[in-house]
Amino acid sequence: MTQDGLLLSPQRPAARLVLADGRVFDGVAIGVAGRATGEVVFNTSMSGYQEALTDPSYRGQILVMTYPLQGNYGTNPFTNESRELQVRGFVVRELTDLPSHWRSDRTLDQYLRVAGVSGIANIDTRALTRHLRSRGVVMGTITVDETAESALARLRGEPDYGSLDYVAEVSTTATYDFEKDRPSGRWPTEIAGPPPHVVVVDLGVKRNIMRLLRTRGCSVTAVPHTTSAEDILSLAPDGIVLSPGPGDPMQLEHAVTAARGLVGRAPIMGICLGHQVLGRVFGASTYKLKFGHRGANHPVRDEQTGRVYITAQNHGYAVDPDHLDAAVMVSQIHLNDGTVEGLQHRSEPVFAIQYHSEASPGPNDTEFLFDRFMATVLSQHERPPSRRS
Amino acid sequence: MRTEGGSARPPKPSSVLIIGSGPIVIGQAAEFDYAGTQACKAMREEGIRSILVNSNPATIMTDEDVADVVYIEPLTVEVLERIIAREQPDGLLPTLGGQTGLNLARELATAGILDRHGVRLLGTSLRTIELAEDRALFRDLLRNIGEPVPESEIVETWEAAQAARDRIGLPLVIRPAYTLGGTGGGFARTEDEFERIVHGGLAASPIHQVLVERSLLGWKELEYEVMRDANDTCITVCNMENLDPMGVHTGDSIVVAPSQTLSDTEYHMLRNSALKIIRALGIEGGCNVQFALAPRPDVVPWEVDGAQTLPYYVIEVNPRVSRSSALASKATGYPIARVAAKIAIGKRLDEIENSVTKRTSAAFEPALDYCVVKIPRWPFDKFAFGDRALGTQMKATGEVMAIDRTFEAALQKAVRSLEFGGRSLMWEHPEWGGNPPLSASDERLWALTAAIRHDVPLLDISRHTGVDPWFIERLARIVAMERRLLAEELTPALLAEAKRLGFADAQVGTLADRLPDQVRALREEWGLRPVYKMVDTCAAEFDAVTSYFYSTYEEENEAPPEPRERMLVIGSGPIRIGQGIEFDYCSVQAVRALRAAGVGAILANSNPETVSTDFDTSDRLYFEPLDIESMRDLLENEAGENGEAPASIVQFGGQTAVNMARALHGAAMPIAGSSAEAIDIAEDRGRFERLLSEIAVPQPPGAGVSTLEDALTTAGAIGYPVLVRPSYVLGGRAMEVVQDANELVRYFGAALAEKTGVVLIDKYLSGREAEVDAICDGARVLIPGIMEHVERAGVHSGDSMAVYPPQNLTQAQCDAIVEYTTRIGLALDVRGLMNVQFVISPADDPDPDGPGVFVIEVNPRSSRTVPFISKVTGVPMVHLAVNVMLGRSLADQGYEGGLWPAPGLIAVKAPVFSMSKLVGVDTYLGPEMKSTGEVMGVDRTFDAAVRKALIASDLGIRPGTPFLLSLSNQTKSEAVPLIRALHEAGCPLYATEGTAALVHGLGLPVEMVTKRLNEGHPNVVDVIRAGTVRAVINTIEGGRSGPLRDGFHIRRTATEVRIPCFTSLDTARAAIKALASPGSYEVLPLHVYRDGEGL
Repeated sequence: MTQDGLLLSPQRPAARLVLADGRVFDGVAIGVAGRATGEVVFNTSMSGYQEALTDPSYRGQILVMTYPLQGNYGTNPFTNESRELQVRGFVVRELTDLPSHWRSDRTLDQYLRVAGVSGIANIDTRALTRHLRSRGVVMGTITVDETAESALARLRGEPDYGSLDYVAEVSTTATYDFEKDRPSGRWPTEIAGPPPHVVVVDLGVKRNIMRLLRTRGCSVTAVPHTTSAEDILSLAPDGIVLSPGPGDPMQLEHAVTAARGLVGRAPIMGICLGHQVLGRVFGASTYKLKFGHRGANHPVRDEQTGRVYITAQNHGYAVDPDHLDAAVMVSQIHLNDGTVEGLQHRSEPVFAIQYHSEASPGPNDTEFLFDRFMATVLSQHERPPSRRS
Repeated sequence: MRTEGGSARPPKPSSVLIIGSGPIVIGQAAEFDYAGTQACKAMREEGIRSILVNSNPATIMTDEDVADVVYIEPLTVEVLERIIAREQPDGLLPTLGGQTGLNLARELATAGILDRHGVRLLGTSLRTIELAEDRALFRDLLRNIGEPVPESEIVETWEAAQAARDRIGLPLVIRPAYTLGGTGGGFARTEDEFERIVHGGLAASPIHQVLVERSLLGWKELEYEVMRDANDTCITVCNMENLDPMGVHTGDSIVVAPSQTLSDTEYHMLRNSALKIIRALGIEGGCNVQFALAPRPDVVPWEVDGAQTLPYYVIEVNPRVSRSSALASKATGYPIARVAAKIAIGKRLDEIENSVTKRTSAAFEPALDYCVVKIPRWPFDKFAFGDRALGTQMKATGEVMAIDRTFEAALQKAVRSLEFGGRSLMWEHPEWGGNPPLSASDERLWALTAAIRHDVPLLDISRHTGVDPWFIERLARIVAMERRLLAEELTPALLAEAKRLGFADAQVGTLADRLPDQVRALREEWGLRPVYKMVDTCAAEFDAVTSYFYSTYEEENEAPPEPRERMLVIGSGPIRIGQGIEFDYCSVQAVRALRAAGVGAILANSNPETVSTDFDTSDRLYFEPLDIESMRDLLENEAGENGEAPASIVQFGGQTAVNMARALHGAAMPIAGSSAEAIDIAEDRGRFERLLSEIAVPQPPGAGVSTLEDALTTAGAIGYPVLVRPSYVLGGRAMEVVQDANELVRYFGAALAEKTGVVLIDKYLSGREAEVDAICDGARVLIPGIMEHVERAGVHSGDSMAVYPPQNLTQAQCDAIVEYTTRIGLALDVRGLMNVQFVISPADDPDPDGPGVFVIEVNPRSSRTVPFISKVTGVPMVHLAVNVMLGRSLADQGYEGGLWPAPGLIAVKAPVFSMSKLVGVDTYLGPEMKSTGEVMGVDRTFDAAVRKALIASDLGIRPGTPFLLSLSNQTKSEAVPLIRALHEAGCPLYATEGTAALVHGLGLPVEMVTKRLNEGHPNVVDVIRAGTVRAVINTIEGGRSGPLRDGFHIRRTATEVRIPCFTSLDTARAAIKALASPGSYEVLPLHVYRDGEGL
C-alpha cells in the first residue's frame, strides 16, 4: 500500500440500477461491469457480506446491503458458505478498495470480479431500502450500457423471481459425504459404535450447517434435492436436516413429498426453506412476505419459555399457520410481525425453524438447537436398529 | 397470552430511589443526567413514584417535573439513609448513577441499611455488583465460564506488586480498584514507572487495592453494550471499536460504531462472550463489556493455520449504565437507560416498546446504516501546562459525536463539533514540522493526518501507533482530497465528493482559495445541499416515528419542514471547562417551554451525553456540529422551498450558541429574543462602555486595547493591579490579575502569540463579587435572586462558592444591583435572559456614601447559575424567557419586575474540580476557570448549607482535622482569626517556615515542616503523603502564571491524595466557620426548604 495508490481510486464506469416499477438509481459499477437481473432485496446485517454473497438462499436475487461501508475487512478463502457466489447482483453505498484484515487476500471488488458478479455502488441505498420496504421487493436490473428505458424494457422481458426453480440450480447433483476426511468434533466417548449419521437434504445448504453437525460428532451426507424418501432412508440416517434454500416453497412438490415420507422415520430438523417444506408437509401453505426478513437482528420468541433470541434470517416466504395439522404447533414467532418462526411436532422428534441457527453470518444465539437436534439423534442412535428401519 | 417462563416475578415496586452521580468530574459527566432522567421517565410511565437524590443542581434529573420527589443533598451514606427513612422507598435503582451511585448502593447494602428499611436493590444484586467490581471474584468467574482474562494479580502492598511484576513481566498495566475513570492507574514499561504507578494506585483506591496485569498495548479495543432481562433474554445494543488501540482509556479514545475492522466471525465471537458474561453475572439491566483483540497473528504466539479468529481478552465489565451506554444509545436510537430501568422493575425486553419505531419491542438489536464517530473533548486549551499524554487515566471532560454515511464525513463533522475555534483536520502544530509526534495525546488525530500529509508510509504509521490500517487509510483519503482541492479546478463533481467526505465549506475554501461564503454560494448554484436521514434503529426496515436526523450528502431527504410554527434551540456542544451541563439544562428547558406553548421545538447539538440529545426531548433533533455552516444548512432545510426559516434561540447554549448570533443575522436568519445588535453591544467593550455611561451605571475603569503601547498607557492611567483578558471568550480563558508593567508586557506577548485580538484591561477592584440572572421582556426586568460570592474578586465566578440570598450585602447594595440590572436590561432591550456580574467596593465609589457597586460583565444569555437559581427560587427562568421570546410579557405570565422575594432557605453553590486527573495542572484559584462541575448545599442556615456544599464537593473537614498552613505574606495578617479558629476547633497545625513563625508568634502550638523539598525530611510533600495532615490552606502571591508557581508541590500532592486544599482564605474561612458552628443539617426535599412542609 502506498500513498500514490490511494490517490488513484479506481475510476469505475457508470452503472445504474433500474427497478421494475421504474425507479432508477445511478451509481458506478463494481465487480464485473455488466448487466445483472434479479429480485432486489435488502439485508440489514452490519457485517458478513462474504457469507451472504455465498449463501445459496440469495440465488436469483440482487442483494442490497443497508450498512453503507462494505468490504472493510476484505475477503478470504475460508469464509465461503457454498462453492460459488450465489447472488445475481450486489448493491452497496460504498465499497472500500483498501480493506484491512489479517485474513484478507482479496478486496471485495476483486472477489466479485473473479466470480463474475456485477454490482453497483455509490447509490443512496437507504432511499432504495425505504422504497423496497414501502413498495415491497421488486425485480430489478443493473446495467452499464443502456438507458433506463431500454433496461426497463429488457427487465420486463425477464422471468419473474417467483417463477423459477432456484433450488435445482444450487443443490448438489450427487450425494456426497461432507468433509469426510477431516476429524469430526466432540463425539461422546461413552457411546460405542460408529458416529451418528445425519443426512442433509440439500435445497441450498450452507456449509456451516454441515460443519456444526460435524463438530457435534456426526458423519454428514448431503443428498440432492430430488432424492426420494426411500433413497434417503436407505442411507440409514440417525437424523435428517432439511436445509435452507432459495425460492418459492410452493414449487417444491418433490421435496415436500419426500419429507412427508421421512416423518416418523428419523428425527428431522428443518431450517428456513426446510422449515417451509415441513410446514407444507403438515398442511400449511406458504405466502410471500412484502419485503422478507434479511438481517442479523431478528427477534424470535420461544412460546414455551417466553425467551427471545436474536436470529439471522434470510427468507422471503413464510408459513401460514391457518391449516396446520393439529399434531404440530407453532413453537416460535417473530416478535416484530408475529410470523411463524418455529414448528414443533407434538409427538414426533420433528422441529423446524424459519431462521438460521447456523448463523454465518449472524448471531450464534440459537446454535444450541443443533445440540437439541443431536440429543434426539443420539437417543435414536442408541435404540436397536430394528426400531429404526 | 403466552405462558410465563422462568421464575415468578417479584412484585413491582411502588416507589423507587434513584441516586444521581453528583457533580460533573472527569470520568463522570452529563451521561448520568441523561441516564437518571430516563429512569425517572420510565418510572413515571410505569406509575412508580420516583425519589431522586443528587448533589448537582445543574441537572435535568433534579427538576421537580422529572422525579416525583427531589433531594439536592450531598451523596453520602448518612444522607441517603435519612432519605430512605423519610421516604420509605420499596426499591433502589443502583445502576443509573455512574460509579458514584453504584458505590453508594453497595455501601448502603453492605451496611445493612437497605435490609433495615426493607429496600430492594432492583435489577442488579449486591452479589452481581461485587462480582463485577471485585477483580479477584471477576477473574475467577470469567475463568469458570472459559472466558480469557489477561494474566494478572491483585495486590494490596508494594511487596506483593513486585512479586507480581517478576512473575508476569513488564510491560504491565496497573488498575486501582473502585476508582472513577481509571484514576490512579497507568502503564509501566520500566521498573521506575512501575513503582511510581503502583504507589499512586494504592493511594487512589478506596480499598487500597490494585490490579497488576499483562499489558495488551496496541491490541484492538472493542466494547459491547449488552442488555438482559429476568427471563434471561439477552441482546447486544451496539458494538464499538476504538480507533486508539489498547493503552488509551476508552473515555479518551476516538470511538466508532459499529466496529469497522471486524469480520462477522470476530464480531460474533466477542458478542457471544459478552452475552455469556452478562448471564454469568446475572445482571438484569445493562452492562458494558470491553475486549482486547489481537490485531495480527504476529503479536501473539498462535496457531493461525485454518483459524478464523485471533485471541481476545476480556478487559473490563461495568455492571451498570455508563458513558459508553449513553454513546451507544445516541448512536443507535436504543434508549439503554430507560430499558434498563424498566427491566429492573421486572419488565421483560419483549414487553418494552421500541419507542423509536413504536411498533417493535426492545427485544431486538439495532441495525445501523450509518457510521458514528465520537471524539473526546479535552481541557488542554485551558490547561496549557497539563500533561497531554493519554493513558489509562481519563482526561477528557466531555465528548462529541457525529453521524454520517461515510467514516470520513462522520470524523470530520466530529472534529468540527469540538469547537476548537474552527480547527479542522488540516491543523498542524507549528512545532511539528515534517515529523509529527504519534504517541497518544489529545492531538494525535491531527498528528496522524499530518504524518500522512508529510508522506510517512501508512503502514509505518499504523505499526507505530497500533491504529488499524483501515483508519489510517481513511485519513489518507481525506488527505488525498485535500490535495485534489489544492490542485484541481473546483467542479460540481469534486465539491460533491469533498462534501461526501465531510469537508466543511471553510476547509474547501482554504484549499480551493475561496471564502467559506463563496463555497456556500457555489453549493447553492450547483444544488449541493445536505439531506437529512433518520436514526431509526432498524436501517430503514420499518417506518419509524422519531425525528432524529443527521446530515449527509445523498439523494433522499427524510426531514421535510413541518407546516407549523417552530423554533430552533441551539445547544451547547461538548462539556468543557466553562461550558458545562448547565447549558444543556437550559436548552432542554427551552425545548419544554416551546412545546408547552404549542410551538414546534427543533434542537441542534453535538453532545451524545446529554438529555437534550435524547430523541424524544424535542420535536426534531438534528445531531450536527454547532457551527454556522450546519446551522444554516438545517435552517434552510427547515425553511423548505420558498419558506421562511424558523427563528433561532441562541440564549441557552452558552457561548457556542450566542456566538452564532451575528453570522445568523448576517445570513438573514431570524433570531428569537434579544437581537444580534443587543448581543453585540454587550460583548463589544467600547459600545458597552458607552452604553453604561449613558445610563449612569458604574463600572471599573478600563478599556479594550490591541497594542502593547495602548495597554501600558491604559494600565498606567487606571493604576495597577489590573485585570486583563481577551474579549469574546468563555470561562475566563487567559484572564489574569496583573500587578505591574513587567507582567503586563509578558501577558501581552502571550496574547499576541495566541492571536486573541482585542485585550480588555480593567482596574482590579478587590471587593466582594455578586451576580444576578435576570429575565427582561423589554418593559420589565425580573431578578429571581442575587448571588454573593464567597471568594473576593479575582477568582473566576465559575470557581467561586456562591450563596443565595446574599449574606453580607447592605440593602443599598442590593438595591443598586437591582437598579443597575434593570437599567441595563431595558437599555439593551434584552428579550429573554441575561447575567450581570458585579464587584462591590465601597472604597472605590466616587460617592463616599454610595453603595460601591460596579458592573464588571454582562452576558446577554443564560448563565451557568440559571439552574441553581431556578431551583432555589422556584422561578422557572427559562420558561419565562422563552415565553417572552414568543411575545408574552412577564406581566402576561403573572410576574412583576424587580427582585423576587427570597424564600426561607439558604443555598450554597460550590465548584468541583477534577484536578487529581490532570497531572501538571496547578490547582490555585484565579481568574481562569478550572472547575468541571458544581454541587449545591441547601439548608435553613448558612453554616449548614456551607457544610453540605463542602461535604458534597469533597472538601469536608471535621473538628480535629490536622491542617497544613502555607500562607503568602500578603495574606498572613488576614489569616490570624482563621488560625485561631482552627486551633479552637481542635485542629493540630503544621506550617511551612514563615507561616509557622506566625502561628508560633500567636502563642499557638505548631509543627514546622519545610517546603524545600531537597532539604531533609519530613517536608510538606511527606506530611501530605503520609496522611499526617488531612487538609491544606495555601495562599500565593498574585502574579506570574506558569507550571511551577510557589507551593505547586503542596497543592498537587494534596490533590493527588484527595484532601481539601484551600487556596483562597475566603473559602477556608467559610469552611472553618461551618465546621465550628454547632448543630447539624437537615435532609429534606428541595420544595420543603423552599415552600415549607405540607406543600
